[in-house]
Order: sequence, then C-alpha cells, then structure tokens
Amino acid sequence: MSLELKGVSKVVDGQVHIHPTDLTLERGTMNVLLGPTLSGKTSLMRLMAGLDKPTQGRVFWKGDNVTGMRVQDRKVAMVYQQFVNYPAMSVFDNIASPLRLMGVSAVDIDARVRETAEMMKLTPMLQRKPLELSGGQQQRCALARALVKNAGLVLLDEPLANLDYKLREELRVEIPRIFEASGAIFVYATTEPEEALLLGGNTAALWEGRLTQFGPTPHVYRQPASATTARVFSDPPMNFVTMEKRGDRLSFDGGREADAGLLGSLPDGQYQTGFRPNHLHLSQPSADALRFDATLVVTELTGSETFIHMDHHGERWVGLMHGVHDLTLGQSLPVWLEPRHVYVFAADGRLVTPAAYAIAA
Amino acid sequence: MDKTVNNKAWFLVLPVLVLVAFSAVIPLMTVVNYSVQDTFGNNVFFWAGLEWFKDLLSSDRMWNALGRQLAFSTIIIAIEIPLGIFVALHMPKRGFWASVVLVLMSLPLLIPWNVVGTIWQIFGRVDIGLLGYVLDAIGIDYNYTQNTFHAWATVIVMDVWHWTSLVALLAYAGLQSIPDAYYQAAKIDQASRWKVFRYIELPKMAGVLMIAILLRFMDSFMIYTEPFVVTGGGPGNATTFLSIDLVKMALGQFDLGPAAAFSLMYFLVILLISWVFYTIMTNLDKRG
Amino acid sequence: MAKITLENLAHSYLPNPQSQDDYALKQLDHDWDDGAAYALLGSSGCGKSTLLNIISGLLVPSQGRILFDGQDVTRAPTAERNIAQVFQFPVVYDTMTVHDNLAFPLRNRGRDEAYVAERVNEIAQMIGMEHMLSRKARGLTADAKQKISLGRGMVRKDVNALLFDEPLTVIDPHMKWELRTQLKKLHQDFGHTMIYVTHDQTEALTFADKVVVMYDGRVVQIGTPEELFERPEHTFVGYFIGSPGMNLLPAKIDGNQALVPGGTVALTQGYGPLAGNIQIGVRPEYIRLSRDEGLPVTIRRIEDVGRHKIIRADLMGHEINIIAPEDQQITPDMTRAAFDPAHINVYADDWRVTGR
Repeated sequence: MSLELKGVSKVVDGQVHIHPTDLTLERGTMNVLLGPTLSGKTSLMRLMAGLDKPTQGRVFWKGDNVTGMRVQDRKVAMVYQQFVNYPAMSVFDNIASPLRLMGVSAVDIDARVRETAEMMKLTPMLQRKPLELSGGQQQRCALARALVKNAGLVLLDEPLANLDYKLREELRVEIPRIFEASGAIFVYATTEPEEALLLGGNTAALWEGRLTQFGPTPHVYRQPASATTARVFSDPPMNFVTMEKRGDRLSFDGGREADAGLLGSLPDGQYQTGFRPNHLHLSQPSADALRFDATLVVTELTGSETFIHMDHHGERWVGLMHGVHDLTLGQSLPVWLEPRHVYVFAADGRLVTPAAYAIAA
Repeated sequence: MDKTVNNKAWFLVLPVLVLVAFSAVIPLMTVVNYSVQDTFGNNVFFWAGLEWFKDLLSSDRMWNALGRQLAFSTIIIAIEIPLGIFVALHMPKRGFWASVVLVLMSLPLLIPWNVVGTIWQIFGRVDIGLLGYVLDAIGIDYNYTQNTFHAWATVIVMDVWHWTSLVALLAYAGLQSIPDAYYQAAKIDQASRWKVFRYIELPKMAGVLMIAILLRFMDSFMIYTEPFVVTGGGPGNATTFLSIDLVKMALGQFDLGPAAAFSLMYFLVILLISWVFYTIMTNLDKRG
Repeated sequence: MAKITLENLAHSYLPNPQSQDDYALKQLDHDWDDGAAYALLGSSGCGKSTLLNIISGLLVPSQGRILFDGQDVTRAPTAERNIAQVFQFPVVYDTMTVHDNLAFPLRNRGRDEAYVAERVNEIAQMIGMEHMLSRKARGLTADAKQKISLGRGMVRKDVNALLFDEPLTVIDPHMKWELRTQLKKLHQDFGHTMIYVTHDQTEALTFADKVVVMYDGRVVQIGTPEELFERPEHTFVGYFIGSPGMNLLPAKIDGNQALVPGGTVALTQGYGPLAGNIQIGVRPEYIRLSRDEGLPVTIRRIEDVGRHKIIRADLMGHEINIIAPEDQQITPDMTRAAFDPAHINVYADDWRVTGR
C-alpha cells in the first residue's frame, strides 16, 4: 500500500502552484509537509486527496492509477485547521457519521466509535454537542471522525494551528501515538519545524511550490540538501555568512581570519555558510571558535530561552540561548560559533558539506 | 481550479431548465410575437412590424407613465432607505426586545399587496377611516380620490409603511455584523456619533444597502396592486404607473399588440437599470 | 502616562454572587507602575479579558475601585479614560486612507493639521508604513491593518495606558516575529504604560518587564520571566511556563530531604513541618539522565526537537519529562534521573513554600 505522485504539477490561471513533483509515501508512515504559508502544502494535499486534478502527472494508490478519481471514491480522511464538526449532532453521532454513510451495521458502528473515542480521550463527552467542548476536544472529535473510517490515507492540514500552545503541546504528543496504532499513511502539513521534529517520520520540505527535499525528519533537519531547505527547516531561520577559503585560512567579515580547521578539505573559493541560531554563543566556547561582531537589535524570551536578534553587517541574525539573558539594546556584541556547527553551501545554494556535528549525530 | 468532471450533473439541472423554459422563455417569446402583429381576437393576426414600437415611442401616454413611475420610485427610495437606516440604528441589538421588534418589523412584509391597498383605502376614508377622519378633524380637506397631491401622498406613505421594514431589516443585518471592537475603538478615538456612522456603520452596511436599493427599485417599478386598489390610477391619470397603464391597455382596451410592445419596453428598462445596479455592486465588492 | 491602581477589585457576571466560584475575577489589589510593560498571561477563561475590560472601562466591577494616578475612574466611560487599545482583530476605518486612519484620534480631539501631519509621519515611520500613507486601508493584509491599529494607539502622546488584547492572533506566524519585535522596541523608545493580554508565553515573556499570570480568576504570580521560570509560586505557573512544563512529584519533606517515589532527593534548604498535599516541582531542564545517580526511571520515548531532546520517562508510575542537550548520546543503560537540588521547589496545596 503506497501513495505515489509521478510528475504531478498544478497550474491555476497560468500561476504555478505546484512544480512537477515525484513523491512516494509508504504504508504506515508519518509524513510531514513542512513549509511557510503559501508554499504549496495545501495544494499538494488536495492533489493527494483527489480534491483537485493535477495539471500534469499521475497519482497512484496501491499501484493503481487514481488520477482524476473523485475523492468520494477513494478512502481518504482529512482534518482541517478549523474544527469542522456537525454542530447539531452529539460527539458520538459526529464520529459515527462517516460509518453511517458507508452503511456499516449499528453494532459495528457502536464498537468502532467507542474504540476511537477511547483512543482520543473523548469517552466522557460522547453525548455532548461539539460546541460544548473546548477547542482541543473539538479538534480531537474531528480527528476521531477522520480515524474511525480506517481510511488508508489521513491528511491533516495544520490541525493544531488554532489551539492554545499548551493544548497544542499535549496533542502533538498524542498524535504520533494515535498514528502508530492506525497503520495508515499520515500526511501532516505544518509551518513549524519544531512540530515536524516532534512528529518524527519523514519530512517533505516545500518552498514556493517546489519539493526541495524528502527523507527521514532528523536527516532532513541535520543534512539539508540546500540552503532553501535549511531555511525552511529552522525556526528562527538559519543565519548565513559569506566566507572565503584560501589554503588553510578562512576569511570573513571583511578582514577577520581563522584557521580553516574542519573546513580545510574544501576546495578554495567563496562559500555561503550557514548555522542554526542555537549554535551561536555569547562567550567563547572553545579555542577554535570563530568570532563575529554584531549589533544587538532586540531580545525575546520564551520560558527558558532567549532569542537574540542582531544585525550582522546588514544581515539579520538570530541567536537562541539557554536561560534568560538581559542585554542592552543597540550594544555591539561579540558572538562565537564553533566550526563543527557550520554548514557549507555553494553559491547556488546547494549543500557542499553538512556540519561536522550533524554527520556524527 | 479543475474539478473532477461529471456529466451526470446535467440531468440534475434538467427539470429546472424545463421549468424556466415554460414559465419564462415561452411566455416571453409569445409577447415578442404579439408585439409585431395586430389582432382583433379569434386568433386572426396581421403583420405590423415595428409599428407598435414606433407608436409607443411617440406617444405621450407612455412617456408620462414612465415619468410618473420614475418619480415614484425615486421618491420612495429617497424616503425608505434613510428611514430604514434610521430605524435599524435604533433597534435593540440583543435580548428579549430585539426579537419582539424583529417580529413587529416583519409584520407589514407578510401582508398581501391587495390587503395593504384595502387597509389604506379604508384608513384614508373621511367617514369611517381613522386617518381620513383625523385629518379632516384638524381642518385638512383630505380627499385622495379628487386631489392629486393627496393621492400621491397616500400611495407613497402606503409604500413606505409597507416596505421600510425590509430596508430596516437588511440594514440591521449589516449592523449586526460589526464587531463590538469597532465601537470600542471609536470611543477610544473619541469619534462623534456622526463619525461612527460615517466611517464604521455606513461602510459596513454599503453592501446590503445596495441590495436594498435594487430590490426596492425593481419592486416599486412594477408596483400595481396597492395604487390600483386605493386610487385606481386616478384622479385622472395622476397615479397611473407603468403597470397600471399596461393593464388598462391590454385588458381594458384589448390592444394586445401595443400592450405587448409596451411590456417588452418595460422589461428592457428594468433589465437595463438592474444591470447598471449590478455593475455598481460588483465593483463595490471588488474594492472591498 | 499614569500609574494604575486596582483596589480591592473583584468582578462577577452574576447579579448576586454567593461563593468564590461565582467570581470571574477574584479579589485583587495591584499597582501597575507608570511606564512599565506588563503581560496578562493565562489560558482562555482565566479572567484576563475581564480584567482588561475593567481597565478599559467596558465593564464596571462588582466591587472595588480603579484609580488612574490616584483619581477614581471606576465608573468613568472609556472615552474619558484617555487610553488606547489594540484588539484581537484589526480595527481600521476601511474607507479612510492609512494617513486618515492614523490622524483620526488627533483630529477628533481638535489638534491643528500641522501637528497632525507631523505626528502621523512620525508614527508611520515607526510602524514602517510611510510609503503607503495615501492608500485606502481597505484591502491591506491583516498584519498591515494591525500595524495601523497599533499606530493609532500610539499617535497620541498623552495616553494613560496602551492596552493590547491578544493583538497577534490573526497575524501570519512569520510576521509575528516582526510585530513582536517592533512592539518591544516601541516600548523601549517611548515608555508608555502597556498591558498586553495573551495566552502565549513567548509573547508575554518577550514583551513584558513583569508578567501577571492568571489562573481561575486569580492572579497566581507577578514576576519577571526569570522568576516565573525559576521559582513558580503556583504549580499552574510551573505547568504553563516552559515547554514541556515543570514536573511534579508527590513528596514527603523531611528537613532538607524529600521522599519521593523511588527514593530521596536532596534539597538545598530545610523545611519545617508542612501540611496539605505536598509536591516537589523540578523543570525538565534541571533533570539529567545518568547511569548510576538519582532515581530509577524507564525511558518511554525520545523526541528529537533539534536543538535538544525531550525524554519522556516513567518514574514509579509518574510521567516525567527530561531535556537533554542536542549532542548527548542516550544509551539503554541510562536508567536513572538526577535532579539538580538548587532548582527544586516545594509546594503545599499547589502553592510554593519557602525553606529556612
């Protein structure tokens, strides 16, 4: 059982929504579509579901060509960002509705609804109406309705985006557990890299309608094939700096130099190097760390971490530090970066070599 | 967006197509047919060409009726729209009284046209009607069957009474869609009542008001029953609007040919004006 | 600018509140310092919007007074309070240009056009909209509209306070960064008294000097981001701040030791006899997986979040979360969890107790 897209593309009114895409999703996998708003996540999902017909290319389900087959005739379930439930029906009837449409017997319906409700922790609320539930419970009800069908393909379009972050945190933990029990192909669209990492499975990175990389989530995160994927799969975005390598010396920031060290094996030339915000340090971490000078723009605090926004020779950099750091705005700030955390990209954005730490991990 | 194509859908619309053909297209074609012929009954027809249309365009009778019609529609829209907005602004927004007012407001809309006419015909009589009696008692020589001005005033007041609540209800729906935050923000900005109306309420109502104007225009342009019941088109021809004139011509004088030409012109005028409204409305939508 | 004092304040939406449970906002005394930035943080239904509406004058509290610089405004209407507010959904006057939107509060107060023009240009520059001043507000994106709302709030120099009611709800995630940053900068540049209502901890902690955490109609802690993280006064604060939240374990306290399921944990302080439901709280950041040290745990699941790993583990039937550094190798022989004594808090009936 697999879902296969072969050269699938979507053009609407002359505008390319999806560039020709090849993608194979295997049974029993969790697949995250990761990309910013308007990168084509929803368009791609609609093509997978059969809600839209591809402009070109073919869609295969279990090896059969299903291009152009209506969504009603496929075994697909979908959950949206908005909590879509029937407001006049009880939770039980909401969950039972797809089974009733399929003509399942009343006894089976009862058993399957109760089983799914138990999994989604909805058993005490079965007789209530959706609007009497909290946002998290409403979305769990919508999820239950998608799961109860035993659909082979479950599509989730940013299902947690409208929830408070604490509820999001709880459901993020629950969803992979539910998924493991179901054995279907899950496709989960999100804009948040952290969500992709928490869900695990595979990640397809999308940028402007183009699939930039597909593979196991930690692999795509640690070894992005291009600067674009790295940018998509990093929140806050990856920081970039141009470096020049000559012999065993690195030069950057218009005059600073350092020993090439780990990057010594690269051919001489100019590179775009990148690193993640959490790898930036406010004090020198090791003898071979590279030093940069930046100006502090603003600091932001989460519970346990501090985002430091700075200006590095006209480029916006962000650092993510453990703990609470109170810094004076506008001050110039020396920051350090360990060479093992540096990704090297060619001028066209292609990855030349991933960071040393990522290869080890 | 390319949707999955399924030709079965055509079978589902077929009943409607048949219904529309019989109820609209075929009668319209019959009218077109009549408008270019002359007949004295018994299904005997003579070809008349565009004769009726030429006659009609040069006839004072038609132009006068059209003039009265436009004047009537303009006046009632000029009264009903502001009045409807005014009423809507003063309706309670929520709670028990909101429902009571909503029911009361919709009552006139539920009364059949001929009943509305009869109500006002009696209401305005000097001997047994409350309005007529009161006006007479305070020294106004009120007589809508003799005095042109009184006839017009009666027909207009009647229409306003009948239809202002429609405008008010539409405007009310527009007002209800404005989030509280807007009023709160206006208070904070120290906006005057007039500015709240001008910059918050009116723009939010613009869409429904266009619909209200269109509905009231088309409806008043076709008005027949109420003035017919109250004034019968008189005194003289003072309240003979287009549709009354048309009926007089077709049934009173049995001039089927000219009447058919008349109704086609009538139809085209309504179509033209509705199209103008529609264009303005869709442009408004695009800007929004 | 003004100092805002809440005196003996409480509110119930019921006409005759009987018990504590009938109050949407339980009794509260608090001073909002002049020129400080506060965040009101809590989940939905915790009373934060009720409190904001009382300050803005939309609601008259059932009890108590509210003072602006010592002057009683409890019953004063919104227009007289001289405040500015930015709402959850952008409120702009669609038919006006961006310039007229920004000028609106000043013109309504009869300021002369030269001053208005100068001030509008200044504000437009601050919110980065100086190039679209002559555009109609209709048809702009949500974040542009929200910037206009923000600008309209800032355009008067004499406002007593600026109130924000979850202002970033409808803003696209990647734009939130920019607006959040801009807000913080505006506060630093102009020093208005600001009160920011949100359920998002990052927004609250980033924006505010002092965060007011509300739970069940009650203010449970007012503190700096660091205080909320290190010393949550209530178990709700421990749960709500931090991701994942603080771990809680039932405990018996014996001097400077805590007896918990699976063993004992050292504390840096001694505690006297405690009554009620006693728990210790320790953040996932302050637990370390180990081979030979600490309490026995079974690892259930490891979540690689990139910059660190979240380990979901079982400690004698209690679920605990542990955060491990990105480059730490987790091996099967790591069957123990060591708590950092300096970062353990002790709770009696959900409220933090201090040691001796």
